[in-house]
Amino acid sequence: MIRIYIPRDSGAVAVDADEVAAAFAAVVADRPGIEIVRNGSRGLYWLEPLVEIETAVGRLAFGPVTPGDADSILAAALAGAPHPLALGPVGDILWLKRQARLTFARCGVTDPLSIEDYRRHGGLAGLERALSLGPEAIVEEVVQSGLRGRGGAGFPTGIKWRTVAQTVAPQKYIVCNADEGDSGTFADRMIMEGDPFVLIEGMVIAGIAVGATKGYVYIRSEYPHAIAAMNAAVSVARRERLLGPRVAGSSHAFELEIRAGAGAYVCGEETSLLESLEGNRGLVRAKPPLPAHVGLFGRPTVINNVLSLASAPIVLAQGAAHYRDFGMGRSRGTMPIQLAGNIRHGGLFETAFGVTLGELVDDIGGGTASGRPVRAVQVGGPLGAYFPRALFDTPFDYEAFAARDGLIGHGGVVVFDDTVDMAKQARFAMEFCAIESCGKCTPCRIGSTRGVETMDRIIRGEDRGGNLAVLEDLCHTMKFGSLCALGGFTPYPVMSALTHFPEDFGASPRLEAAE
Amino acid sequence: MKVAREKAWDPEVAESRIRENLHLDGALLPILHALQEEFGYIDEAAEPLIAEALNRSRAEIHGVVTFYHDFRRAPAGRHVIKLCRAEACQAAGGDALAERACAHLGIALGDTAADGRVTLEPIYCLGLCAVAPSAMVDGRVVGRLDARRLDALLAEVER
Repeated sequence: MIRIYIPRDSGAVAVDADEVAAAFAAVVADRPGIEIVRNGSRGLYWLEPLVEIETAVGRLAFGPVTPGDADSILAAALAGAPHPLALGPVGDILWLKRQARLTFARCGVTDPLSIEDYRRHGGLAGLERALSLGPEAIVEEVVQSGLRGRGGAGFPTGIKWRTVAQTVAPQKYIVCNADEGDSGTFADRMIMEGDPFVLIEGMVIAGIAVGATKGYVYIRSEYPHAIAAMNAAVSVARRERLLGPRVAGSSHAFELEIRAGAGAYVCGEETSLLESLEGNRGLVRAKPPLPAHVGLFGRPTVINNVLSLASAPIVLAQGAAHYRDFGMGRSRGTMPIQLAGNIRHGGLFETAFGVTLGELVDDIGGGTASGRPVRAVQVGGPLGAYFPRALFDTPFDYEAFAARDGLIGHGGVVVFDDTVDMAKQARFAMEFCAIESCGKCTPCRIGSTRGVETMDRIIRGEDRGGNLAVLEDLCHTMKFGSLCALGGFTPYPVMSALTHFPEDFGASPRLEAAE
Repeated sequence: MKVAREKAWDPEVAESRIRENLHLDGALLPILHALQEEFGYIDEAAEPLIAEALNRSRAEIHGVVTFYHDFRRAPAGRHVIKLCRAEACQAAGGDALAERACAHLGIALGDTAADGRVTLEPIYCLGLCAVAPSAMVDGRVVGRLDARRLDALLAEVER
């Protein structure tokens, strides 16, 4: 059997993977023994659509493929002949070889909706071990692995689980935060589209660990492909008895529901997400009480990011020590880093913590797509700081970024070339906060609007010194007075732009020239 | 291009779409999504129906409908183009494309063309940041946008 793998990932579909698949389907229509598989993406997006042809010698990669290439690629692959788009055996591609793929081990490899494929590639080994360990030992294993929340806050996942496990209640919930709203991030989307069972397995393990029987995956509406993939995977999982009254034949029950968000960035904040799930405006709740004590519908709730939950199966399957052995300092394991924006080699790069920002941008990312010099890099989404080249020696690590007034957030790295106007970016950070503020607390609601106005005055060159002082004062108030990270972290992009690129906050003629 | 043609507002259809979601815990967002899928927007007349079904105040329902960017208060144009305006797409030249689209259609982001053919909206991230700039056209995702690809999309929706 010869298999042709063409990604169904929306990042590939956005660059015509469906048209490529249709072209291959037409080419193989009258040729028995050739099957087309729609896999997830390997994450090498500059090569998408990346087509792999699997023959007796292994999987040969080609990319980026257009529909017109189908005929010649198949002929070359079958004859072992050269082809201008040939990338060689997929496993030999350096960009992939350099990674440590734990959470993303199967993404791009398997058929996302085939449970047989999932099992064949190590799936469900984590759940099996979890069932043999029992709840307390599962929690201990996750604590020992050092896994921290991959959504951005970096809170130890095992401690969260332990808190919920120790809280007595008639009903507990597992909620997966799949409201991946940060620009420059797409790892959650890739997992949901490319290996949805790993998320389901992770949530089932969490449910067993803390005694929760119901889970929700809250997916942003901007991800229709991920919503469809998760719904399809849940149906398969029910049929396979991975979900239901007796999970994998055990005495544990677990049910899962997929819910769609409705275009509110703030619903990525955990308490706002819970409000939204309950059918309310996504207003942030004051903490305490913690969701672990009083969460969804007032019940103890584990609320974790997609990547945190999707890392649980590998932690359980390989053991805590295996996972903990990757990384540096207090950042253990691997981080799926997302390289995006104006970058030559953009995509998903999962690696142990400790790689430097410079390595990521210049070496792995290959610099800008435009070929111009890299000027600024925003790490951690719209609430993350802008870093100049001078800080490229910063290692990818929660504490190292915090020490330089930045954050790694959900692992997004957005590259800008030297045409960027940092005053404009600072203004956008305030504008975005104003658009997305839930409105509950004053520093965020009013501060962001005043921030936009103040940036406009600075950009126009009005009383620069006075307005910069107002801007700093606003940022201080927002940082320390806001209820959640939206208002609290908006000062990071603003102040980092001002600190590292003061020349862009000068008088208006220079700014106009830079446009 | 395939365009979903939504049906005109019909309270009986609305009632049935509400009912089929009532078994869910926290049913309001699923109900609103179902109504928008059916009619293309949330008619104001739906609010008292939902309030009655969920035993909540009409003000609460109105508050939820208006909180979320997704829910429309009036039907959109026949085609909807959502241009990503977030940072990764800005870095890849998205600003110029947004200006080009606005100039071509003669409308601002967030508006619908006078002939009702196209609605142009900003969207903040489609998760296509490594194939930026990106857009969504009638639910179809498009990446690596440049002036040529954008012009082709604009021509398509104006046909």
